[in-house]
Amino acid sequence: MTTRTMQFKIYRYDPDRDDKPYMQDISVEVDATDRKLLDAMVKLKAKDDTLSFRRSCREGVCGSDALNINGRNGLACLTDLRDLTGTVVLRPLPGLPVIRDLIVDMTQFFKQYHSIKPYLINNDPPPETERLQTPEERDELNGVYECILCACCSTSCPSFWWNPDKFVGPAGLLQAYRFIADTRDQATSERLDNLEDPYRLFRCHTIMNCVDVCPKGLNPTRAIGKIKDMMVRRVI
Amino acid sequence: MVKNIIVGAHYGLKDWLAQRITAVVMAAYTVILFILLAGQERITHETWRAFMAGGFMRFLSFLFIVSLMYHAWVGVRDIWMDYVKPTGLRLALHVLTLLALVGCTGWAVSIIWRL
Repeated sequence: MTTRTMQFKIYRYDPDRDDKPYMQDISVEVDATDRKLLDAMVKLKAKDDTLSFRRSCREGVCGSDALNINGRNGLACLTDLRDLTGTVVLRPLPGLPVIRDLIVDMTQFFKQYHSIKPYLINNDPPPETERLQTPEERDELNGVYECILCACCSTSCPSFWWNPDKFVGPAGLLQAYRFIADTRDQATSERLDNLEDPYRLFRCHTIMNCVDVCPKGLNPTRAIGKIKDMMVRRVI
Repeated sequence: MVKNIIVGAHYGLKDWLAQRITAVVMAAYTVILFILLAGQERITHETWRAFMAGGFMRFLSFLFIVSLMYHAWVGVRDIWMDYVKPTGLRLALHVLTLLALVGCTGWAVSIIWRL
């Protein structure tokens, strides 16, 4: 079985012990059974158990192992080891406060997510069965409902770096569109009101970093464009 | 001092739309200008002056200058909004930007009207 030694440069910071962050050089042997970056990180953790990172499902569904890999945000469990050559530089997601090593404080990210009311608002009495949609109405939700809230997109967005307290960010706006586009939702107008603000929606300058890094292949920029289209349709 | 995050100014759409419309006006003006100038045989100060003094060009140039002013206002204000956090300093920069742009617009319009 072929093995190879992989070199890593990892951002380390333990606020209880370190005055400031530093980069740790460390290597690990990987073999053919190690397929994804997360496999190598689990081996790194076995070698140095002070290394901290989040992980859970290891198959790109929970979104907990998002980090900055060679300068680009992504999920460790979806990043193929074969694509990583030379020294691999791992850093926490940019723009969020670091709790320890590769673990960031996602409070601000989820605050913005909650601000768009990420749930169906429908004041009609619940029907006997489901609230029905036509296949076409349901199709509109494809490409938006799949978001796993890993924060790869929002933390690669400069507008979110500069104004994380005011700009909803691509992940939150994608979710906002998910409910605006849902024909079962009755709060479209309130949702548009909630976003019509120079900061909350219009800090997006369409640079599309979010689309570039989304590990699920989603397109928050298109969703943001559709929200803007709806706002225009509402006023003209 | 209340430190709540204050959002909800409700003017985002208007400026976003205006930025795009003014960009189209400026792009169209540039193309029209090049097409009209390409039709001139030789460009001297006199032909240039006569060209710009025509009613059609005055109308277009005025639209261009106003569009440029509004476009620059939204763009520069966006920079202040992104990078300048203290409210007082940002307000001062907004006002200075506006005054400079209005002054430049007036100056440019007066030049066209003098032709």
